[in-house]
Amino acid sequence: MVFLIILVGIFQSWSIALSILNYCLISAVMTIGANIQWGYAGLINFGIMGYTALGGLAVVLISVAPVPEAWNAGGFNLILCLMIVTLMVTLIKFLLTKYKSKKNKIIAITSIIVFGILLIRSIAIPAIESIESIDPAKTGFLGGLGLPVLFSWIVGGLFAAGVAFIIGKIALGLRADYLAIATLLIAEIIVSIIKHEDWLARGVKNVIGLKRPAPYEIDLQNTEWFINLVEKFNSTKLKLINTVSERQDILAKLVIDASSVFVKLCFTSLFLVVVVTLLILTQRALYSPWGRKMRAIRDNEISAGAMGKNVVKEHLLIFVLGSAIVGLAGAMMVTNDGLFTPGSYRPMRYTFVIWVMVIVGGTGNNFGAILGGFAVWFLWVQAAPMSIFLINFFTVHLPETNELKIHLINSAPYFRFLIIGIGLLIIMRYRPQGILPEKIVKH
Amino acid sequence: MDFINAIILLLNFTVLPALTYGSQLALGAIFVTLIYGVLRFANFATGDMMSFGTMFAVLLTYYFQSLGINFGILPTALLTIPFAVFFMIFYMLTMDKFVFSYYRIKKSPPVQLAMVSVGVMFITQAIIRIVIGPSDRRFLDGEKFILKAKEFKEITGLNEGLTIKSTQILTIFITIIVVSIMFWFLNKTKTGKSMRAYSDNEDLALLSGIDPKKIVLITWTIAGILATIGGILYGLDKSYRPFVYFNNMLPIFAAAIVGGIGKPYGAFLGGYVIAFAEIFLTYAYKKFFIYILPDSLEPSSLVQLLSTDYKFAISFSILVIVLLFRPSGIFEGKKI
Repeated sequence: MVFLIILVGIFQSWSIALSILNYCLISAVMTIGANIQWGYAGLINFGIMGYTALGGLAVVLISVAPVPEAWNAGGFNLILCLMIVTLMVTLIKFLLTKYKSKKNKIIAITSIIVFGILLIRSIAIPAIESIESIDPAKTGFLGGLGLPVLFSWIVGGLFAAGVAFIIGKIALGLRADYLAIATLLIAEIIVSIIKHEDWLARGVKNVIGLKRPAPYEIDLQNTEWFINLVEKFNSTKLKLINTVSERQDILAKLVIDASSVFVKLCFTSLFLVVVVTLLILTQRALYSPWGRKMRAIRDNEISAGAMGKNVVKEHLLIFVLGSAIVGLAGAMMVTNDGLFTPGSYRPMRYTFVIWVMVIVGGTGNNFGAILGGFAVWFLWVQAAPMSIFLINFFTVHLPETNELKIHLINSAPYFRFLIIGIGLLIIMRYRPQGILPEKIVKH
Repeated sequence: MDFINAIILLLNFTVLPALTYGSQLALGAIFVTLIYGVLRFANFATGDMMSFGTMFAVLLTYYFQSLGINFGILPTALLTIPFAVFFMIFYMLTMDKFVFSYYRIKKSPPVQLAMVSVGVMFITQAIIRIVIGPSDRRFLDGEKFILKAKEFKEITGLNEGLTIKSTQILTIFITIIVVSIMFWFLNKTKTGKSMRAYSDNEDLALLSGIDPKKIVLITWTIAGILATIGGILYGLDKSYRPFVYFNNMLPIFAAAIVGGIGKPYGAFLGGYVIAFAEIFLTYAYKKFFIYILPDSLEPSSLVQLLSTDYKFAISFSILVIVLLFRPSGIFEGKKI
């Protein structure tokens, strides 16, 4: 895999190779998250898209500077709404324990919900309107807390964990394939809320220019030590050029290239730290008594339950843990891109492709999950150039004006679906355990 | 008079569109539920299979139009249904032979089949995009309206107009025909009964001499007919765009589960439940209340329960509520 990425670096450019590598690392984190749910516990979670979006939302809410005008305009009302929601939830919880008769319970709860929603609407709508009207081209939302962006990675994980807890409470009793559908649909609800509540994170208007844990290219290009470093690396190349002005020009170009590579390297090292930490933690968990318990529950729920293991609790725990890791990955991805685009969260890219990674790489094996993340993401990105090459190869005897050839070359980007689909089917058929199957260490 | 105006207003903006959309969802939901009931897996390729059938209808419509064949005032696409259905069934059977049958014979768990159907989804999507491309296509021809708002106003002298699009009537009409034939087939014919027996208990059905190969063949055939017709009707009513079809899979799943998975009758009604909920909850009732309430009580806001942005979210919320309170669906489908 590393070899392939180096090949891209040589043939295309180092910048592209590094951005592919970064995305591979992010995908690896997502697959670790999905893998501990599916591989350790046999829970099928198609809601990965939702947790990724929540992680991204966390980056906006934590790192963006707050918008004081918006807070003055409607912040108080929204906090009031939040308090009403908490009050409603506690009241409903209280009623659930208090009333014994089912009819009274339902009537009381419905009236609380209806009344609460009416109250919230009457408070929130004017507040939201006034927030969204403040400089809508630039802000029009509450803004974040203005904290360092790395902090938001943890918060992203926490957000995802919190939501996963609620979803797990609702849906975990379902049979496997229905859990898949239910989580997918709930993730769609989450994404549609993020998309349409503009006061929260600008919705489909996107948030751009997010903070970075790495230096900016433009600053690097004006820093003394960085220019010297680039000069040192390319000293043999620069010596061949005679005139001073030409040398200056080439150096400037090299510095620009090198700065983008340097920034990406910073991200890569950060992501590597995350991946390695997660790998160590998950490996230790897998071979701990807890991991054995999870496998026992996965392989035979009924007998594990009979042995006194709390199946429901463990399922919920692993659902929350896996989702938290996916949320972390979502936050990492938004930080890497520097922008938050709720419209781009689609099930194809953020649920199904991740699942293909898990299945292809190897279920229940963390190294397999990482390998799957790397391999499938590499294919997903490089499928279009590869298929153009193949189309040209097979239609070499056809003239350039041939309609079929032009049509095929125009639709080259869609061959990635074909390659991934066929790859998934072949793996499922001939190697259902994945490339690196699960390893059970015997004690 | 005001009362009639209010009724017409609701008919025009909520009931008719909901009936149309509900019929389209119902066809898809029966497709999901049949595959689930008989072949025992959740088919994630649902939306794309519908899209695949519609793709042939679109291409054949263009071909027929270039030949000068048309269907008078009805859309040409209706003529292409038999051919599109044929291609669709052929594709489904090919996929079944090369992909699904292996896992069925091995008796793999349903989750594995669902994952395999994700693979089929990828491949189908690729074929569609390579053949026809991802862009938006309209292939409706013939008469567009049966009744225009202006004509209606002139005939009745009411303030509110009623627009009836030909696609709306066609959708409702064709859905009723297809679904009644299907129910007749499932309930009255011997093959249909053996299909239901196979769905209830595979081993018992095998013991009583039911040929599983025949059952699978017939299931895919019915599924192909439903998927293609559902897809074509949706495409005629709105427009044909592969991405939208993929997304339609989600409300279709919601409809199938809400109705009780494995029950065709439940899925049929589930489609309407989802469609009516989506449209009734996002409609702005201001004008309606202006008509029926006295002037002093006229509402100042739009009286809209939820913004139309949350259309999809509503169907999913209904699903969540149903899963919470009645996990087997409204009509007691399979236990999930």
